[in-house]
Amino acid sequence: MIHIIIEGILAYAATVGFGIILNIPRHALNVAGWIGAAGWAVYELIVLRSGAQIPLAQMAIGMLTAGLLIGVLSNWAARVKHMPVILFNIPSLVPLVPGGQAYQVIRNLVTGHGTIALDYLGQVIAIAGMIALGFLLSELLVRITYRLRHTLKTK
Amino acid sequence: MDEAQLVMDTALLAGQILLANGSEIARVEDTMQRIADNAGYRYANIFVLLTGITMSLPDGESTQVRPIHSRTIDLEKVAQVNTLSRQFASDEIDLPTFYQQLRQIEVAVPTFPFWLQELAAIVVSMTLMVAFTGIDAPVKLLFAMLAGGGGYAVFYYVNHELRVRFLSEFLASLVIGFVAYVGIRWLGFTHAAGDAVIIGALMPLVPGVPIMNAFSDTMSGNYLSGPARAVEAVLSVCAIGLGIAIMVSLW
Repeated sequence: MIHIIIEGILAYAATVGFGIILNIPRHALNVAGWIGAAGWAVYELIVLRSGAQIPLAQMAIGMLTAGLLIGVLSNWAARVKHMPVILFNIPSLVPLVPGGQAYQVIRNLVTGHGTIALDYLGQVIAIAGMIALGFLLSELLVRITYRLRHTLKTK
Repeated sequence: MDEAQLVMDTALLAGQILLANGSEIARVEDTMQRIADNAGYRYANIFVLLTGITMSLPDGESTQVRPIHSRTIDLEKVAQVNTLSRQFASDEIDLPTFYQQLRQIEVAVPTFPFWLQELAAIVVSMTLMVAFTGIDAPVKLLFAMLAGGGGYAVFYYVNHELRVRFLSEFLASLVIGFVAYVGIRWLGFTHAAGDAVIIGALMPLVPGVPIMNAFSDTMSGNYLSGPARAVEAVLSVCAIGLGIAIMVSLW
């Protein structure tokens, strides 16, 4: 539990940092940070207790859930704060970026370990695809709730 | 200036600011359409590509084009156009004021000072190094700070002063790789530690906006602009990868 809280704080700081680099408005920074922390904490929660080598399937599910959560929370924050959704979802996505794996692709290619590089490339593609799928699902969820609210209002 | 022309100018300027500062295509089209609608010109034709905007009003005889030659990322400007557009929609400001305010945005918008961006880059590097690799020894954190800060400083300088695309990413990753190399060569870092320093320090350079927009533009049916953004993102990543590859091959 302590571990996840610490990881969440790290993700919060990273998200706010990236938000500053992208120059998002000051009063959006805090919310974006919390969304980033929530996304990363959920991912950590799902891949918890699987040791140093996280199975790809578990990693994929973690990324999917995190992407979904970030998508939903960002849409909600955008609606509440009347701001574009990209202010929230781009910075909070940063902790999920498969930077480590992408780096390993390059490193193993250069040092002549082609098969390992290919393995890592597969991971990069899987993770990116899963995050994208998570975002897609969140979009779907947002549309459904919007339509539900709309029909409830007109009745 | 007659009213139709002012509507056109306002919508085009708003679209131009959005597109040049990292907004997705659907938002540009939507905002411009709303401006025209709210000004009483419904059924305006608006066609937005990543590199330019075309707009015509239904009863006017002219069509206007705005090319967008260079794009940077400044989401504060996107947010401000969004706010102004909302104010215009709810009649808080009229069209001439809207146009004036848009011109103000283009000239002066608050940005975070360089030192704060630098600090942010350092924070991103250090926190993500720990989050990704679990390595948190003080010496390695110091190196992540140097690499991340140095890399971002180079990236910022080349982007703002020399304005050469992709070279900024390449040079920044060279610097990052070099810092990690120093750690391995003279301070006895393990390769895993060197990897960790590089992974952390690269994170501020991640092309987050092009990646996200490539996704959302493609999903919203902009099949020309989405892949074009993806090319932008891939080229950035390749530039970073090339720099790292050169430094890693020295190990």
